[in-house]
Amino acid sequence: MTAWAPVEHTSVGELRGPLIVVQGVRNVGWDEYATIVPESGERRHGLVLDVDRDLAVVQVLEGTGGLKAESTRVAFTGSPLRIPVGAGWQGRVCNGRGRPLDSGPPIFGDDSAPVTGFPMNPTMREPPAEPVITGVSAIDALTTLVRGQKIAIFAESGLPHLELAAQVAAQAHTGGAPFNVIFAAMGLTHADAAMVRDTLERRSSAAELTLLLNLADDPVIERLLTPRIALTVAEHLAFDLRRHVLVVLADMTSYCEALREVSAARGEIPARRAYPGYLYSDLASIYERCGRIRGRPGSITVLPVLSMPAGDITHPVPDLTGYITEGQILLTREVATYPHIDPLSSLSRMMRAGVGAGRTQPEHLDLAAQIQAGLSRARQAGELADLVGESALSAADRSYLAMAQAFGTRLLAQRPDEARTLRETFERAWQVVSTLPRRELSMLSEEALEARYRGTS
Amino acid sequence: MGAVTRVNGPLVEVEDLAGAAMFELVLLGPHKLPGEIVTLSGSRATVQAYEYTGGLAPGDPADRGGAPMSALLGPHLLGGVYDGLLRPLTGAGPWLDPAAPPPTPAARAWGFTPLVEQGRKAARGTVIGRVDDAGSLPYLILSPGGEVSAIRQAGRYPHEVAVAVVGGTEVRLTRRQPVRRALPYASRLEETVPLTTGQRVVDLLLPVCLGGTAAVPGGFGTGKTVLLQQIAKWCDADVVVYIGCGERGNEMADVVAELAELTDPRTGGRLSDRTVVIANTSNMPMMAREASIYTGVTVAEHFRDMGYAAVVIADSTSRWAEARREFASRSGALPAEEGYPADLASALAAFYERAGRVTTLGGATGSVTIIGAVSPPGGDLTEPVTAHTERFVRTLWALDRDLAYARHYPAVSWRESFSRDTEALTQGAPEDAARRARVGGLLAEADRLTALAELVGAGALPARERIGLLAGRLLREGFLQQSALSKQDAYCRPERTALIADALLAIVARCQDLVEHGVSAASVEDRDFSPILRAKEAPGEEVVARCDIVLNELETLR
Repeated sequence: MTAWAPVEHTSVGELRGPLIVVQGVRNVGWDEYATIVPESGERRHGLVLDVDRDLAVVQVLEGTGGLKAESTRVAFTGSPLRIPVGAGWQGRVCNGRGRPLDSGPPIFGDDSAPVTGFPMNPTMREPPAEPVITGVSAIDALTTLVRGQKIAIFAESGLPHLELAAQVAAQAHTGGAPFNVIFAAMGLTHADAAMVRDTLERRSSAAELTLLLNLADDPVIERLLTPRIALTVAEHLAFDLRRHVLVVLADMTSYCEALREVSAARGEIPARRAYPGYLYSDLASIYERCGRIRGRPGSITVLPVLSMPAGDITHPVPDLTGYITEGQILLTREVATYPHIDPLSSLSRMMRAGVGAGRTQPEHLDLAAQIQAGLSRARQAGELADLVGESALSAADRSYLAMAQAFGTRLLAQRPDEARTLRETFERAWQVVSTLPRRELSMLSEEALEARYRGTS
Repeated sequence: MGAVTRVNGPLVEVEDLAGAAMFELVLLGPHKLPGEIVTLSGSRATVQAYEYTGGLAPGDPADRGGAPMSALLGPHLLGGVYDGLLRPLTGAGPWLDPAAPPPTPAARAWGFTPLVEQGRKAARGTVIGRVDDAGSLPYLILSPGGEVSAIRQAGRYPHEVAVAVVGGTEVRLTRRQPVRRALPYASRLEETVPLTTGQRVVDLLLPVCLGGTAAVPGGFGTGKTVLLQQIAKWCDADVVVYIGCGERGNEMADVVAELAELTDPRTGGRLSDRTVVIANTSNMPMMAREASIYTGVTVAEHFRDMGYAAVVIADSTSRWAEARREFASRSGALPAEEGYPADLASALAAFYERAGRVTTLGGATGSVTIIGAVSPPGGDLTEPVTAHTERFVRTLWALDRDLAYARHYPAVSWRESFSRDTEALTQGAPEDAARRARVGGLLAEADRLTALAELVGAGALPARERIGLLAGRLLREGFLQQSALSKQDAYCRPERTALIADALLAIVARCQDLVEHGVSAASVEDRDFSPILRAKEAPGEEVVARCDIVLNELETLR
């Protein structure tokens, strides 16, 4: 901070969409943070998108509504946006720009960090290897979250993906290690935001939660900042304060639409479905901030949540997300009960390293594989039964249908406020496989079967 | 000294750069961020910056670098991990700050042995010395051509020291090499030699040759990265250059950790001693991602010139094409298909054309094989990058989402893939050709029958055709599927591949013979084929015995 007040520019030449063009600027750098003061005196904020000699194009986070070219003043801060970081974020509720909404004081920190972050050196990354327990059986048993991983929740529209994300955020833990949740809401409705706040109430009062709320009627452009603030706070908590941090980003489709709006306003050449050509790089700059660093105890697990427009997984947002994340949890209407997780289309790429003896249960991977193989077989048998009638099925096929049934009721179905321990999840998983005759369970070891199989044959 | 006039992300305009050349390196601003000139108009230049340009402002200084974008080549390469500009990442700290001074290779001394005497003539490209402590191969120092007026005695020297003077030029252990232009060679060789990958579906059905080109298109979740990592680990090349071009950081970390752990079956050393990893992951600077492809190929050509077989694995070329699109769009270039610049096809062709098996300038034989992953948006194989890539590669391993969802790995589709080198590779090996033709024929027939069975039910097919379905299942489960996680199965030697294929073919032939002689298809289908289906997990000598068990069991049906 210099002792001098920053130069205020009053020569706004053009206002277009969320952009203003300021003339006569000097020494303004690209991506610099700016303050915009309209006639009314309220303060708005912006980022420099383009500097060309003495012209600066500034994207106004709160939008340009009501701004007048002749009376708007703009000041530049001299650097890209930095925010204070530190333990003070714990237990706070803020807007999408990190300003308090909980009538608390502004957040200060011992340190500050640029919201764009720095890329993590790939050679300093520690490959993820320990689980985050979510208390949701279908996730813990079949698509285990691994600390430092990024995994997406994709949902067909109308499904309670937000409830599931909130439930995971409320229940998740790392078995005693210090744990924090940062929930970044982007474009959520007031009703959804209220649900999230209610669900996370206990976590919030334990000062383990940071809630960043950019609501549907909040400035659209502000959405571009919300996930970056969340991750900047997370990086400090994880890698300086040695905590395990779960960052939930909901809804990434709203975020991408905001990015498209800005791109269109800038007159950029559109790529697929008018999303900008750099959507992949932009999403990567968010999702890739997950991870662990060699020799440091903390971790950042990133859980992007997004609705698939028209249920289409090849839509650019889920498609590019899938290319960057390490797996997905897919919610489908075909699964009739909450949490609607499709066990066959869901996948955790990091699970192999994150479960097993000393982490969850020794037989975890085999058990998951056995359940998935059984469900796949049951799906085939179900299709056959639709064609020829169930009576024509073999006894083995019928046992697989019974197993799928048991999976749906015993393991998958769960109330949104029900937290299951790992022990209970495995208990239920064994009940599911025990509906199959023992000779069908070729993926499980003899020892495991001896100890835990409850079936009749 | 020039000055910045405009900054728009990685696009930077600079004035007063008189005398600058196209593609010359420019150092931008107080932190000297590297960039490259892509347009020149008088003394004004458009520069693409290779780092994040936040804070760079009009009026900031810009310096000419005097040479095109170059990479530092030397004995430090093998076993290292580098960014897209070939700067070492090992030892660079947890966060990559563009304003920090760029890392350089750790200062160490290398054991040099001279191989020519002072006063001799050494033609360009011939070996004048070697370094033996630089990975699993001797690192060779090549002559720039001319009389050797000085050469050092055997000993340990730091990398910046000149070890010889040849034709008036100082020769050092390391040198800078422009990356966008291919390194020269004497002539291309026509003869084809297979690259053994250890992956059965590739080696038998869809082979690639030394100096060949292959592409792997597949949507997310189809197993591209796993297949490429398998090839990186087990193919029989001397040097593997693995380029993580805009892909996941955790996966890169995994590759690096595994290569360091695994033992090279040929040398007994660590696999990482013969690999160069270029890791420009998806959130590292976008333009360095674009450059990473070229630095990777340049490293491979450098080892090719020493007479080695080098393989470049690029995951993924789509991210490289997207980086070019992004920059083209910022600089206002007219877009062609789906916003890609109009030179997409020629740029792809030029990249794959840097592959080849050649006689080097020094008379040795070396090769660069290029294997590129393609990540088609939405899994759409008609999109421009996939469509153009298919035209320029000689081998295509198309990955299929349905196979992947059925947990059939590697999910290489035998219908949509091709290899244009199969005939050349099996000339003089009629057995290989016959085996390939028979397996391919059975798979095609099984596909036709599967479609039919879905309409009328397998039970309604005549016995012969039911055996056709059975043959398809046996080949898929017993041969094509290969587990990357299994110690025994991850790598399959060519002889073993042939052995397993022959065993399955013999069993299929016996089944066909049985139904010809009136045995019912149902009773054949009911036999226990698991011994041969699990043969891939068994030691080599057991395959034949397991085949015999199944054949004997079938014999009881007669």
